[in-house]
Amino acid sequence: MWSFNKIAGIVDQWLNQTFNPTWALVFEMVIVGVCVIGLFAVLGLVLVIMERRVAAWIQIRLGPNRVGPKGMLQSLADTVKLLVKEGMTPAGADKFLFNLAPYIAMMVAMLLMAPIAFAKDFQIWNMNIGVLYVSAISSVSVIGILMAGWASNNKYSLMGAMRSGAQIVSYELSAGLSILAVVVLTGSLNLNEIVLSQADGWWIFKGHIPVIIAFIIFIIAVTAETNRAPFDLAEAESELTAGFHTEYSGMKFALFFLAEYINVFIVCAIGATLFLGGWMPFHIGHWESFNHIMDYVPSSIWFFGKTFFMIFLIMWFRWTFPRLRIDQLLNLEWKYLLPISMFNILLITAMAILGWHF
Amino acid sequence: MFITNYIKDVFGALKSLAVGLKRTGYYFTHHKEIITEQYPDNRDTLVMADRFKGEVVMPHNENNEHKCTGCTACELACPNATIKVITKFDITPEGKKKKAIDKLVYHLELCTMCNLCVVACPSDAIVMAQTFEHSVYDRSELTKVLNKPDSKIMEGIE
Ligand code: SF4
Ligand code: SF4
Repeated sequence: MWSFNKIAGIVDQWLNQTFNPTWALVFEMVIVGVCVIGLFAVLGLVLVIMERRVAAWIQIRLGPNRVGPKGMLQSLADTVKLLVKEGMTPAGADKFLFNLAPYIAMMVAMLLMAPIAFAKDFQIWNMNIGVLYVSAISSVSVIGILMAGWASNNKYSLMGAMRSGAQIVSYELSAGLSILAVVVLTGSLNLNEIVLSQADGWWIFKGHIPVIIAFIIFIIAVTAETNRAPFDLAEAESELTAGFHTEYSGMKFALFFLAEYINVFIVCAIGATLFLGGWMPFHIGHWESFNHIMDYVPSSIWFFGKTFFMIFLIMWFRWTFPRLRIDQLLNLEWKYLLPISMFNILLITAMAILGWHF
Repeated sequence: MFITNYIKDVFGALKSLAVGLKRTGYYFTHHKEIITEQYPDNRDTLVMADRFKGEVVMPHNENNEHKCTGCTACELACPNATIKVITKFDITPEGKKKKAIDKLVYHLELCTMCNLCVVACPSDAIVMAQTFEHSVYDRSELTKVLNKPDSKIMEGIE
């Protein structure tokens, strides 16, 4: 059957036959880079239009319906508009850092793509510390935000950056602990092994209550970490300025905007991998025939289906819940999420040792 | 006790979030009832809400007569100095002088549609219209004279 894995194999074979191994590797890296950028572009377009549709339907509106069939080309038109807009740098801004910040945000997103398993045996880099890598790299994104806020020479931007900084740093703790829940159960930091360990059922079913708690905490924490409503304090608390990227315009703003959506995709992909089995089809224990039928659906469809399900959840939150104040936000993290996830990790450890999971 | 309150808090919060999600989830799955007005596609069938106020106008009857006595109550009532009543003196058939309006100037760009002038008018000479497509290229086009040229005050209005 047609699969990502086969195509990658054929390309790899052909390159190795035509060039010597070093050049083949270089070409493969270039191809991967181009593919990732292409994926970013497609994701940006798709997620923006999806968000606007979800928002419209939830608010009983129509949403974009002018450009293209059913408004599907709206985000493309937006991109063209952003491309032709003037990119301004405010007077007195630290030009180098100001211009660097959006690229850091994108770079982080790109690096995070590396360990994600998009389909069976289809991963950019199958590293054995995948989970650690993801949590380490994702904390770099806060540097891009602080850099943008600091370099803008605008006190609102700086305050916005500090708010998002505080938010991201604190929510990373609960996100990390809830990721750890699955790591404890699997006994591996390798994302591919984590997926393989779910061949007889996804962790959210196998680990029942504690993993469900971890999953809920994970979703809350990553929503906060990607600066999305109801935790979009980066967008300022009450005034209509956009926090740390107030001063950005045109394509540089678009990069931040894109990075936000890519980050949503990435955290959802990781959540899907850890809790919902990644590309693993829906398997139930040892029901061989049932499992076999499920295997007929391509693994990439499983992966993207779960990821988009989680993206939908996060969008659903955004258009339902009112925005939190900064004190409520930190309260939620330090008073509720963190203690609960600490208790939860104890429970999961006990569960892993005593074998209470399926 | 602290711990029970804490747990109650958490469950109460989760429950209230679920209630919200249920509502929006209902809207999401029942997206046929659209409340948006399809303006400008439905310009011909567009129905404005009764309470909508678009601009102040002065109705005239078929004989080009209005009810304004030039009392300037509307001018005094307006918080934005949107209305200027320019008065003149008419000579009645009996040879008496009588106050009347020369022009009732209305600056649409200053108006907040607060309706105070309409309430203040003792002779109900002005009302709120439901027009709304007011954009023009030149600001001066928004300055309007409410009484029509050569219009007169209606008989019997004092
Ligand atoms: S509606 Fe209010 S603002 Fe407008 S003219 Fe009347 S009193 Fe003035
Ligand atoms: S519109 Fe009414 S309030 Fe204003 S001058 Fe005329 S009669 Fe008086």
